[in-house]
Amino acid sequence: MALLEVSGLTVSFPTPDGVVRAVRGMSFEVERGRTLGIVGESGSGKSVSTQTLMGLTRGAEVSGSARFEGRELIGMPAEELRRLRGAQIAMIFQDPLSSLHPLYTVGWQIVELIRIHEPATTKAQARKWAIEQLALVGIPQPDRRVDDYPHQFSGGMRQRAMIAMALALQPKLIIADEPTTALDATVQAQILDLMARLQREFDTALIMITHDLGVIADMADQVLVMYAGKPIEVAERRELYYRPHHPYTVGLLESVPSTTGAKERLKPVPGQPPSLLRPPSGCAFHPRCPYVMPKCRTDVPPLMGEEHLSACWLPLDVVGLGPEAARRRTEESS
Amino acid sequence: MSLTDASAEAEHVPEEAPAVRGKGPWRLAWERLARDRAAMVSLGVIAVIVLLALLAPVFAAITGHDPQAQFPETGLTPEGLPVGPGSDFWLGADSLGRDLFIRILYGARISLLVGLLSTLLATVFGIVAGMVAGFYGGWVDGVLARVLDVVLSFPYLLVAIVLVAALGASVPLMIFVIAFFSFAAMARVVRGQTIAYKEREFIEAARSMGAGKVRTMFVDVVPNLIAPVTVLATLLIPTSIVFEATLSFLGLGVDPRTASWGAILADSVDFYRVAPGLLVFPALMLLLTTLSFNLLGDGIRDALDPRSDRLLPGK
Amino acid sequence: MTPLLNVSDVRKYFPIRKGVFLRREVGRVHAVDGVSLQVRAGETLGIVGESGCGKSTLARCVTGLYPVTSGSIEFDGAPIGGKGFRRDVQMIFQDPYGSLNPRRRVGSIIADPLVIHRIGNAAERRRRVQELMELVGLNPEHFNRFPAEFSGGQRQRIGIARALASRPRLVVCDEPVSALDVSIQAQVINLLKDLQAELGLTYVFIAHDLSVVRYVSDRVAVMYLGRIVEIAPGEDLYKTPRHPYTNALLSAASVADPDLSARRERIVLTGDVPSPITPPSGCRFHPRCPKAQARCVREDPLLLPGGDHSAACHFPVVPGERLGAEHAGIPQESTEPGLGRTEPDRGGE
Repeated sequence: MALLEVSGLTVSFPTPDGVVRAVRGMSFEVERGRTLGIVGESGSGKSVSTQTLMGLTRGAEVSGSARFEGRELIGMPAEELRRLRGAQIAMIFQDPLSSLHPLYTVGWQIVELIRIHEPATTKAQARKWAIEQLALVGIPQPDRRVDDYPHQFSGGMRQRAMIAMALALQPKLIIADEPTTALDATVQAQILDLMARLQREFDTALIMITHDLGVIADMADQVLVMYAGKPIEVAERRELYYRPHHPYTVGLLESVPSTTGAKERLKPVPGQPPSLLRPPSGCAFHPRCPYVMPKCRTDVPPLMGEEHLSACWLPLDVVGLGPEAARRRTEESS
Repeated sequence: MSLTDASAEAEHVPEEAPAVRGKGPWRLAWERLARDRAAMVSLGVIAVIVLLALLAPVFAAITGHDPQAQFPETGLTPEGLPVGPGSDFWLGADSLGRDLFIRILYGARISLLVGLLSTLLATVFGIVAGMVAGFYGGWVDGVLARVLDVVLSFPYLLVAIVLVAALGASVPLMIFVIAFFSFAAMARVVRGQTIAYKEREFIEAARSMGAGKVRTMFVDVVPNLIAPVTVLATLLIPTSIVFEATLSFLGLGVDPRTASWGAILADSVDFYRVAPGLLVFPALMLLLTTLSFNLLGDGIRDALDPRSDRLLPGK
Repeated sequence: MTPLLNVSDVRKYFPIRKGVFLRREVGRVHAVDGVSLQVRAGETLGIVGESGCGKSTLARCVTGLYPVTSGSIEFDGAPIGGKGFRRDVQMIFQDPYGSLNPRRRVGSIIADPLVIHRIGNAAERRRRVQELMELVGLNPEHFNRFPAEFSGGQRQRIGIARALASRPRLVVCDEPVSALDVSIQAQVINLLKDLQAELGLTYVFIAHDLSVVRYVSDRVAVMYLGRIVEIAPGEDLYKTPRHPYTNALLSAASVADPDLSARRERIVLTGDVPSPITPPSGCRFHPRCPKAQARCVREDPLLLPGGDHSAACHFPVVPGERLGAEHAGIPQESTEPGLGRTEPDRGGE
């Protein structure tokens, strides 16, 4: 049994302009000690789906199932979910300022967290533990910085403090939602290194949500690509980067400038992101797909395949990047 | 590489934006408002009240009861107490034998007139003061902001009493007094919004293109003020109406003989045991009017600032 | 040949004031602190750097939005701000949502430069607006719509059309694609390149994304704490970076290629960028530099003019040199606490 099993998750938000269908059937599994990367652009539903698991989407209509160690999270009483959150499942957000309370010291917040979940701990013990956690994530002079307020920390330090908080109760699963997007490249490298090292050490499972294929290339064991509220491709890391199947994944990988500095014309994914109020019929990517077939406009492709899953009507063996793969895709679609 | 190439690439870009509606933000806001049942009912109630106020002379003609006319024979019982609701006096009569229904209708005229005019006045002054302070900043802002602070911390009832004592009660004076005390709230909001917009990138863009201050203020800032100003103005109306009623209740508002909800309520104090309608009907009208304006204001605010925008793709 | 844009020793300090009445100055943010550079007509100069390095402030000095504290900026041989300057120099902004007034129709937004500079009559302006919309790949019939009806990528096209309306010669692009989705970025980059070729534009292209800057730029300047630390033709800079900071920045950038990413050596810098209010002495990078020595604390290295490739460093990195990982960053295998060093005064002991 996987640590977390999500199947058929849908999340919709009723708004005055119609129902926003943010997640339209999300399924994935995370094993202990492994990292799942979830990649998607804005509006793909990548953040909403994990926030929903944690009961953080208010006013949403949710259906489907999400089992954490066999316990159903969807519909779990708020109090029970809250106890799970923090102790068993921790979250790290893009903006640490939004999750650190500005009026309490960093140390106090970690101590509170520990004492809420482990009421037997004394204040002194919890404080000692908090200092150890800050040291673990590389905050200098942790015994002094523990009494600092969040605004006294730099952006990178705050993200470290968030990680320290997330790790304080040694959770089994960490959900990191764009943890380095607000950080500069050199600081991002520090934080990613730190997360990878701590994950190995504590054998924590990690869900890494990002729009940045570069971040995932370093971190993930398995990668899930989302588009318009659905997973469209799931594969082991190298498989996904070097033998992608779905034309959207191919488009994402090929639209970035080459790492060799070659200046040939970029190949953008044409068109605009889909509307979540009225998602396109059939395959949601069909209006932007260079290999669109008549079937794509009417029939929703399910996730197909064994190890390498893809929701595309092209034959499953047509994979890869570059002109040769493009030629085969064109052939198969015409 | 030619221009046609650049646009050719864009041509296979499906040009339709997601959720293209071809409607402006005002049109969209109106559609949202139209779906807000509470706001629509309120709008209906307000329309009925306005209509009744406009038609007050017609009703006076139908019943043959002038609002000031006293009917000691028909309006009062032999013991000298006001009669209750009936076919002659639809809502009963007041202590002097005047028709309560007709007086309430004429009262609505005063309430709406004072509410709308003072709000209009407050809005105009508030926008001017707020924009000047917000856009020019520096010492201009410093002085204006302090003036607003002083106005907002005045004991307004006391000032109103002193002014009425000195100048005598009249409708224009009351409108001016109410506007004076509500313009500061409007000016504060406008000032805050102007300062916030001044920092926005599109203002910077206008400056980088060489646009002057005055042009930027009117072309780029004003259209963005319409929404918050509309909301606040809608909410200022009921406040002004209540203020008018309060002053009239205390005998400081309109000429005490004029029919006004506050004055009717003041009259009812001695009689509500025998004629509860004297208290209930004007109070109900006052409540209905202010509640409707408040609900409408809330609806307008929700319609102009839809949170759903943030859920649309691309944001 | 005189450069189209000549920036010499420009400084821009922002005062920090405290107190309600006296507003006395308690410090200054050294946002741009002695920058000199030239941009030649027709080229693209890329400026990269992390947040707070001063690149956006520099852009706003160049477009005349901020008055400079000292130094001079010349456009086409004359000091900026003169007649026609605001027609000739335009800016494209980062945020496709914030840079367009939500309450105005796009046709009127794009026509702004024409109206401000009194170019043409109403009919001519409208024709020009539709021409521009077509040029940037928008449907000209949509001039009557509001910005909210367009997606992020399309809004950025509107911003580009507006910038081009007055037929500028220099366009300063401040992070023009960083707010866009990956799949849309390439559309806008291609558009900018096509427009440059077609209209003979000169670009100053500011971004934090190294691969994007490499792709669009002829020359690239790297900024750190208000200074240019290295400037070179694009390929030179990426293949043989000389400044240790450039090396670290290049090695830290994430690459969407797992094998390449695993092969390369990361130089993980310690700590964060020091405060620009009290920048470090000598070389501003010395507190985080793996090669720092005593001289770097005392002596400010100069970015020597002349030559295509110059780096402001006393001990530039030579090709093939390994920047010691033992000197910098959190050791990969150790869990020893307290290894992140942030004190800006650590110096090269």
